[in-house]
Amino acid sequence: MELQKFTYDNRLSKMFLQATFFWGIVGTLVGLTIAFELIFPHMSAGISWLSFGRLRPLHTNAVVFAFVGNGMFTGMYYSTPRLLKTPMYSELLGRIHFWGWQLIILAAAITLPLGYTVSKEYAELEWPIDIAIAIVWVIFGINLIMTMVKRRTQHIYVAIWFYIATFVTVAVLHIVNSINIPVSFLKSYPVYAGVQDALVQWWYGHNAVAFFLTTPYLGLMYYFIPKAANRPVYSYKLSIIHFWALIFLYIWAGPHHLLYSALPDWAQALGTAFSVMLIAPSWGGMINGLLTLRGAWDKVRESPVLKMFVVAVTAYGMSTFEGPLLSLKSVNAISHFTDWTIAHVHIGALGWNGMLTFGMIYWLVPRLFNTQLYSKKMANAHFWLATSGMLFFAVPLYFAAFTQSLMWKEFTADGFLKYPNFIETVVQILPMYYLRATGGTLYVTGIILLIINVLKTMKMGTFVKTEDDQAPALKLHKDTGHRFIESKPVLFTTIALVVILIGGIVEFVPMFMVKSNVPTIAAVQPYTPLELEGRDIYVREGCYLCHSQMVRPFRSEVERYGDYSKAGEAVYDHPFQFGSKRTGPDLAREGVKSGKNYKPDSWHYNHFFNPQKMVAQSIMPPYPWIINNSLNTSLTAKKIRVMQTLGVPYPEGYAEKAVDDLKKQAATIAQGLRDGGIDVSDDKEVIALIAYIQRLGTDIYKDK
Amino acid sequence: MKIVTNTLENIAGVGIYPVIGLLLFFTLFVVLIIFVMKLSKRDVEEYGRLPLSDGDEMSENKDDSLNL
Repeated sequence: MELQKFTYDNRLSKMFLQATFFWGIVGTLVGLTIAFELIFPHMSAGISWLSFGRLRPLHTNAVVFAFVGNGMFTGMYYSTPRLLKTPMYSELLGRIHFWGWQLIILAAAITLPLGYTVSKEYAELEWPIDIAIAIVWVIFGINLIMTMVKRRTQHIYVAIWFYIATFVTVAVLHIVNSINIPVSFLKSYPVYAGVQDALVQWWYGHNAVAFFLTTPYLGLMYYFIPKAANRPVYSYKLSIIHFWALIFLYIWAGPHHLLYSALPDWAQALGTAFSVMLIAPSWGGMINGLLTLRGAWDKVRESPVLKMFVVAVTAYGMSTFEGPLLSLKSVNAISHFTDWTIAHVHIGALGWNGMLTFGMIYWLVPRLFNTQLYSKKMANAHFWLATSGMLFFAVPLYFAAFTQSLMWKEFTADGFLKYPNFIETVVQILPMYYLRATGGTLYVTGIILLIINVLKTMKMGTFVKTEDDQAPALKLHKDTGHRFIESKPVLFTTIALVVILIGGIVEFVPMFMVKSNVPTIAAVQPYTPLELEGRDIYVREGCYLCHSQMVRPFRSEVERYGDYSKAGEAVYDHPFQFGSKRTGPDLAREGVKSGKNYKPDSWHYNHFFNPQKMVAQSIMPPYPWIINNSLNTSLTAKKIRVMQTLGVPYPEGYAEKAVDDLKKQAATIAQGLRDGGIDVSDDKEVIALIAYIQRLGTDIYKDK
Repeated sequence: MKIVTNTLENIAGVGIYPVIGLLLFFTLFVVLIIFVMKLSKRDVEEYGRLPLSDGDEMSENKDDSLNL
């Protein structure tokens, strides 16, 4: 058979590789900063864009989309042409993808610290950036699928299937979760509200973990582990089952983020059931990865690359065991809202994604630059720093989580909460936060070693722009069954799409169609214009990152916060603010005057200005800019109109009167504060925020 | 939520959705397992070797020189 000659272009891999370690250090340094901010709340020095609530979304986005994102593209642009025996379909599309992706990250790095956020975790970016993501993502997908179409191999290797699943699913998730109505260029409201918004968000959030952090990296695992160990994958048959089972099951699991919340029970049960089943394909994958190294364990001792791969796959196994565990309602009752979640995601991010990326980089760089690694010693040191850093990060947080959760739930013999003051439970776990920051420091030090090592290696060698290869032209056989599907990339993509849509549809359709899923409460009314503006400040500052608004139906929580949260209370919440972590107390009933936590306006004013003045041991940062800034009401009318479009029942023509009403309400609150001796004018942002806080949870008490 | 909820007020026999889901899921598994069992050993071995046969001639000497 005649052999055709062709070349692989390494330039795209190199570009993404450089972006990977650049954003890797940025993302982890921001993470380290906020870890220290939790210990030293005054570290942000009253600068708004340095505060925890603004930087935390930057940290998560930088690690997920910038570090891991560029890491996966590095590996994809390297492995795809080699597995399909053809150059990438278009170098130009690849370059547009690269620069588009970096510009999106840059836009995120600017807008998030400035407070432009939708407040949906890992989907915080505002609508113009969302549109850019969709366009760049489709460009990447076209390039990927067209490369498959132009391939010279009969069979499409399983790694490519994982890439395809990544492309289609992330596209669907991103688009569905980002449907917002713009108020202005950088402000929008999601079309969904309350529990529906929460369901869509966590369907997205969980599957971002599945299809952005897992499937592409499984593809990389199936390529780079066999490469580095120089032996084929343990069981190719297992990899086929692994693939289909994983993408089918993952998509259903999202509701496990909302256990014991106001989400209907059937949806919670569905989430739990599928999360438990997920352990089968996840561990199938882990076993397949680890057993590929059978007979090569002597090499593992020698090679930093293989060592990192082993820790990566083990961390994958640990976190996919932990995931189903955390989805059990009895475990979730303890773990949810605590640092357990943070520990869990960091085993995934630092262990699975981080280690696999580092291993891949150490393997790839000498090959791309036709030289040897500058220092194997340094790579080994990195391995130990990263491994111990991950453990120093996660293990203390597990202790913190258990301790704090049990303290929240502990009653005295007389039936009162043993620790009624939330701050007692925070003080108890602060030493663990110090250890966590130590772990983070070790991990970041490791990345610095990696960068030095890689830069030195690059300097030693010369970049191999292209590599030649040859293969016979593709002659398709008449196949049936799965082999037929494999030979038709577009059909394969479509089937993968259908498989992942089933779960989403089964969850969403009843949720949006059946009215009884969100029972309405007559007393629940739309926010006043001032409260709405205050809510937008709450969103801007990322308050939801440390304060939940979801009292779960437990005696300990009802005792601490007040009546448990109901689905009908959040019907006008675009977006929902349930939160996922309680670094501070829940705020769902904060405004209830007869409630356990009620504080007067003046308390809130002083607390925003200097939290430690009101609660000496508080770890909340001060918000002087909310005290000093004047409230911008230029968009208030537009906001009301957008809310009306979304179905919030403001009276016809109310938008025009909104600012007058806002001023009236602000004047009353400000006068109250002035009467108490606080020098404040009507038009400050803090007035709106206080109005919102004092509204929280009060609706159902109105007619009492 | 007006935009979606009010246009899709009700749905009869909603319980059928999870059942359909389970059936689809079960069928998928059975079909997959039958397919995988029927694959010829020779083919599977060839597929598994795909990453190792990509003309990356440099691979070998990199491994040697580095003792990776």
